Amino acid sequence: MNAPAPDRIRKVSIIVSRGTLDGVYPGLIMANGARMEGIEANLFFTFFGLYAVLKGFQDKLRIATVGNPALRVPHAKGAPLPTLLGALPGMSAFATWMMRREMEKLDIPPVSEFLEMIHDAGGHIYACKATVDMFHLRPEDFVPQVDKVLTVGEFYELSAGAQIIFT
Amino acid sequence: MPQKVIAGQIVEVDAEGYLSRPEQWNRALAEALAGVLNLQLTDAHWKVIEFLQRDYRERGAVPGMRRLNKVGGFATKDLYALFPDGPIKKAALIAGLPKPASCV
Repeated sequence: MNAPAPDRIRKVSIIVSRGTLDGVYPGLIMANGARMEGIEANLFFTFFGLYAVLKGFQDKLRIATVGNPALRVPHAKGAPLPTLLGALPGMSAFATWMMRREMEKLDIPPVSEFLEMIHDAGGHIYACKATVDMFHLRPEDFVPQVDKVLTVGEFYELSAGAQIIFT
Repeated sequence: MPQKVIAGQIVEVDAEGYLSRPEQWNRALAEALAGVLNLQLTDAHWKVIEFLQRDYRERGAVPGMRRLNKVGGFATKDLYALFPDGPIKKAALIAGLPKPASCV
């Protein structure tokens, strides 16, 4: 006898905890992709991930060129970038510029535009209260797509029935 | 290839219902495919469908959301209102195009 086919995913809650470019994009791509499949999506930004929803900072996220042993130059199958070189001024900006250019070719929008897209697609966007307090931020520091600053309890409440994904 | 009778025509479709042979597409078929998705096609729907077909002919790929925004001039909100819960997948299916193959 065959096992019944598993039910499709209907709702996801995606936590974005990192503030590097490569820390933020996977969550955005997953949230947008969920909406494109008719899946309800909540995005929750916490710790340094909060920079993705901070006015004036969201399009300045960068790739880490130090402590990132997978980073290779001049292309993905090149030689690993030694940590000492990665620390040189401008390296992080350069690596970020390269990746942004490749993303642009694939029509992957900048963070600000991506968040607008997810918001307009009916995705919900939240900021973590503990981090907001810790960083001394106010509601007006956030881009208008942020629906609310949430406590972890509220996050679990609105995640009822959802798959929770931590990035 | 599985065959299916849609709007009185025999057409070839893939496992998910997308037309396998775009040349079999016509407007009556589109209306019927939309009906299966509980959609009634309006002029606004047709504008999206026609853009997808034109862009697919020119570039060989179903456009993503950003291209629909920037090149097609369609707002994300409007696309979700016209084709709820999966605008590009639904519009591509109705337009007789393959399932969108991009992540964004």
